[in-house]
Amino acid sequence: MKSPIPVVLLACGSFNPITNMHLRMFEVARDYLHQTGVYQVIKGIISPVNDNYGKKDLVAAHHRVAMARLALQTSDWIQVDSWESEQAQWMETVKVLRHHRSELLRSLPQMEGPGDKALSLAPAAVPELKLLCGADVLKTFQTPNLWKDEHIQEIVEKFGLVCVGRAGHDPKGYILESPILRRYQRNIHLAREPVQNEISATYIRRALGQGQSVKYLLPDAVITYIKDHKLYTRDSP
Amino acid sequence: MENSEKTEVVLLACGSFNPITNMHLRLFELAKDYMNGTGKYRVIKGIISPVGDAYKKKGLIPAHHRVIMAELATKNSKWVEVDTWESLQSEWVETAKVLRHHQEKLEASNCDNRQDSPTLERPGRKRKWTEQRQDFSQKKSPQPKMKGMPEVKLLCGADLLESFGIPSLWKSEDIAQIVGGYGLICITRAGNDAQKFIYESDVLWKHRSNIHLVNEWITNDISSTKIRRALRRGQSIRYLVPDLVQEYIEKHNLYSSESEDRNAGVILAPLQRNTEEAKS
Repeated sequence: MKSPIPVVLLACGSFNPITNMHLRMFEVARDYLHQTGVYQVIKGIISPVNDNYGKKDLVAAHHRVAMARLALQTSDWIQVDSWESEQAQWMETVKVLRHHRSELLRSLPQMEGPGDKALSLAPAAVPELKLLCGADVLKTFQTPNLWKDEHIQEIVEKFGLVCVGRAGHDPKGYILESPILRRYQRNIHLAREPVQNEISATYIRRALGQGQSVKYLLPDAVITYIKDHKLYTRDSP
Repeated sequence: MENSEKTEVVLLACGSFNPITNMHLRLFELAKDYMNGTGKYRVIKGIISPVGDAYKKKGLIPAHHRVIMAELATKNSKWVEVDTWESLQSEWVETAKVLRHHQEKLEASNCDNRQDSPTLERPGRKRKWTEQRQDFSQKKSPQPKMKGMPEVKLLCGADLLESFGIPSLWKSEDIAQIVGGYGLICITRAGNDAQKFIYESDVLWKHRSNIHLVNEWITNDISSTKIRRALRRGQSIRYLVPDLVQEYIEKHNLYSSESEDRNAGVILAPLQRNTEEAKS
């Protein structure tokens, strides 16, 4: 058997706040890729979006990064990366992917040792970076002016997409409706979540604003952080 | 309304908890928010009561494991606790009886507190005493609602409500007792048929003011059945059950195709009992 291709999964988004559903997405994607027998997931990266994204109700990136970090305290393979959130400007997802791929490649020679003659023996060990997203994101590819076509193409052609199903979404349909996605569909992996549980961050924010419990929808450590910093109260900035 | 005028409520959830999931824990949070939000009630406690092994449900693993998992899951809750009484009975116990047990236990401890009995305040003693006491309090007439006494109410999902319609699963007098004497808090999915189900049942309709339907606005399908299936397939159950529960399951290798075959072909205890009673 060929040795599996190492994969790094990157999830971009607001994470405002991070919920158990975001964390599940990683677990489901990893199970799916491992069951193909072709891939070995070695790392997951959560990259909270920059404050300049300008989305309504977006709390400051340092809070969103801190919450994600707390949520991942007990994960041995998923990490937060604050690079995207620390840039002066909002940036397109494809640029975040490019950044992380160059980081990955930069870390490779060290692993193989300098001037090692065995270098050429292990070309398969270069990890592939794939964008991890929910089926709802696949749908936004159709929204006019939200994505540039050449960016969608670069994402699916040069990186690849792992898409986790969501209730009320038809990822297969979205692929068939889009000529670009259809062309690169072998690079799009559709993972089914065996246990539906839709925990949108919007719902969490609303419940928090109404003073209702959000326990068991996101990690306890994150709830404590939200309370301590009075985030998502009705009159929060 | 002042707190003192509100009816204190204890939420009791009966079920297999095989294993307990985040969905079970959410039921309590949703019910508490809802009941407190009515302004009439104040939820003071939640009790998880895992069913005994004599229930004979397919795939049911031993009660001590299910109890420990529920205890691990509620370790970080300030108000939900696990009670082992039901799981320790050698025979399967009707839910109406479990409700009665907890109502009586509450009343007994409430009387203790009023008398301010010093011996009973000592930790560790109380439970034993109330357990002995229930032997001679059992013949009391059902539900003499004492003023100012906390009320035990059954907390459930829509599936339990709809199971009232399954022949021989419930005794009709038990259903009347549960909804009439105690009350039901049922968490349903928005757009669910719970309302219609109540309308179509005479006994439920009669006691509809005692049935609280709580809408859950997000899909939360974390059933124990799906958790066990994922485990058998070697899939991750992380973030669907509390971390401590997941670790316990892995450490003891609790769910496999063998465990799923437990009680295979055995008739469920309530069906067995109620069919026999109908015959005799």
